[in-house]
Amino acid sequence: MAEKMIELQNVKRYFSNSQNIFTKDKRDVKAVDDITFTINEGEIVGLVGESGSGKTTLARVLLSLTKTTDGEIIIDGVNLSKATKKDMERLHRDIAVVFQDPASNLNPRETVESSIMRPMIIHGVPRSEAKQKAREVLEMVKMDLRYLDSYPHQLSGGQLQRIAIARALALSPKIMILDEPTSALDISVQAQILNLLLDLQEEMGLTYLIITHDLNVIKYISDKIAVMYLGKLVEFGPTEEVADYPSHPYTKGLMDAAPILDPRLRGREKYIMEGDPGSLMNVGAGCRFFARCKYATQECEYHDPAKIMVNNEHQVACFNPLKI
Amino acid sequence: MSEDLLRLEHLSIDYKVKGGYLSAVNDVNLRIKKGEILAIVGESGCGKSTVAHSIMNLLPGGNESVEGRIMFRGQDLRTFSWTEMEKIRGKHIGMIFQNPLDSLNPVYTTGEQVQEAILIDNVDKVLAWQKVCDLFNDVKMPDAETRARSFPHELSGGMRQRVMIAMMLSREPELLIADEPTTALDVTIEAQILEIIKDLKHTHNTAIMMITHNFGLVAEVADKVAVMYAGEVIEYADIFEIFENTQHPYTKLLMKALPRGTKKEGRLQTIDGSVPRILDKKPCCRFANRCPYAEERCFKETPRETEVNEEHMCRCFLVEGKEEV
Repeated sequence: MAEKMIELQNVKRYFSNSQNIFTKDKRDVKAVDDITFTINEGEIVGLVGESGSGKTTLARVLLSLTKTTDGEIIIDGVNLSKATKKDMERLHRDIAVVFQDPASNLNPRETVESSIMRPMIIHGVPRSEAKQKAREVLEMVKMDLRYLDSYPHQLSGGQLQRIAIARALALSPKIMILDEPTSALDISVQAQILNLLLDLQEEMGLTYLIITHDLNVIKYISDKIAVMYLGKLVEFGPTEEVADYPSHPYTKGLMDAAPILDPRLRGREKYIMEGDPGSLMNVGAGCRFFARCKYATQECEYHDPAKIMVNNEHQVACFNPLKI
Repeated sequence: MSEDLLRLEHLSIDYKVKGGYLSAVNDVNLRIKKGEILAIVGESGCGKSTVAHSIMNLLPGGNESVEGRIMFRGQDLRTFSWTEMEKIRGKHIGMIFQNPLDSLNPVYTTGEQVQEAILIDNVDKVLAWQKVCDLFNDVKMPDAETRARSFPHELSGGMRQRVMIAMMLSREPELLIADEPTTALDVTIEAQILEIIKDLKHTHNTAIMMITHNFGLVAEVADKVAVMYAGEVIEYADIFEIFENTQHPYTKLLMKALPRGTKKEGRLQTIDGSVPRILDKKPCCRFANRCPYAEERCFKETPRETEVNEEHMCRCFLVEGKEEV
């Protein structure tokens, strides 16, 4: 049995929101609501959901960039709410992050070398060692060492994304959180980055949490898929099961909406969801997918479905899960 | 065989830049019939948007030189004056863009903006408003009447794109140019918008030129596909031909670079190198420096457009060679 790397138990992140500063009527925006799931060591988990479903908030919670409202997060044996300063320091080295737009998260006035060295210097690695390591990680991402002295504006999107990955690798992390790592890239470059991520994962046994809205990418790269809808985790399980035999009507709708790369299949039967996800501002007491769900019953309107297990590894939050 | 609605003949566009002319589009020949969906695919910087904008005469102006002909219903749009073009835009050729928020005025309600487009044709105001509501229903806008009185910021991305489609539909153009119409939208919304676009083709017999980088969309809606690389159309074919009888090495590699299955089926194909910036037009195949099959000839001569079969054109010596044998 693989070891648990990231454990989330009933994690919640609410943002308070009041219509104006004089009213006492405060409503919470439940950006991440009661999420429970586990990522094992060496697993690649893909997190999908439409915009506003709370994917990025969940990533920020894991990176301790924002505090949880409630619930427990245990990363590599450390409980975030009880962690000491020393624990946190170690965690910050263990978790690395790569964002969507590589151009905007590299300092335009720093060379590639100093951008890669910066996290190491912040964590107290001696300069000479950091310099050496910067060369190593650049080789790991298959880039020529001559780019060390380049500035971000001299590089292409794919190269910048490689630099961002190299920088994330600098502190030898165990976990990488990748927020839309390929959505700003062209197809041929996307293929290079996906291959690179898979190579690195196999070499170093990294654990990935990949956030993306591209379902073909998710199906290709991940071992497990987690589907979020308006702050809720609606389904989580092995890729083949979730992609081919989804249990939650939303997952089914999402998978059907994904374009298939075969023109012969275009007339296939599709379940096209109506409406749009709406906003987190006005969610009712019931299932958040209620308004768009064609299987909805009265129960769904008033009660929030708890998670049920389809099998050992496959969880779904629905009163009427689809039969396989 | 119905006649071509739009035909691009030897269209070349060069931008004057420091140190010479940047060849953005080179010798593009395309045709589109009524009720046909033509998808133009390619990576960023391949000139697909430049082609679309040149049809509407919307290029930045000043530093570009355009050659070739843009034949729309038998007339060359390039000979039209600005006022004549204004009669074509919207009335005969409609266009929708990637980000609808950029195209909508934030201080007018969405209904007013669509109504404005209808009023150009001297329609009575009340009737025009009625038409707005009908159009909003046509594009499956939820609560059409209320939404027509909403401002753009009150709508979601999908609804804004619906407003743009309604506006475009209001004057019933024969040709719609859609420049990455769903790139900014979520997949479920994308699927809904695609359904509307497909309906257009069936109900109004509108010809649609769709510009996209997403092969998935192409597989879902297109009838004909043109693949562009570094300013040239390197392959043009019927949708099934392009997916099942791919000829050009670039298209072949792209098809294999797309994630289809799971990682258990092996790594993805990559294309080494990057798209060249073509400053001087010397004869060569523009893909030669990245092509695994490149021969000496590819660096010295420009491959001709060769017919693979009636509805399939490819610009590659490999295909040219086969033809001669």
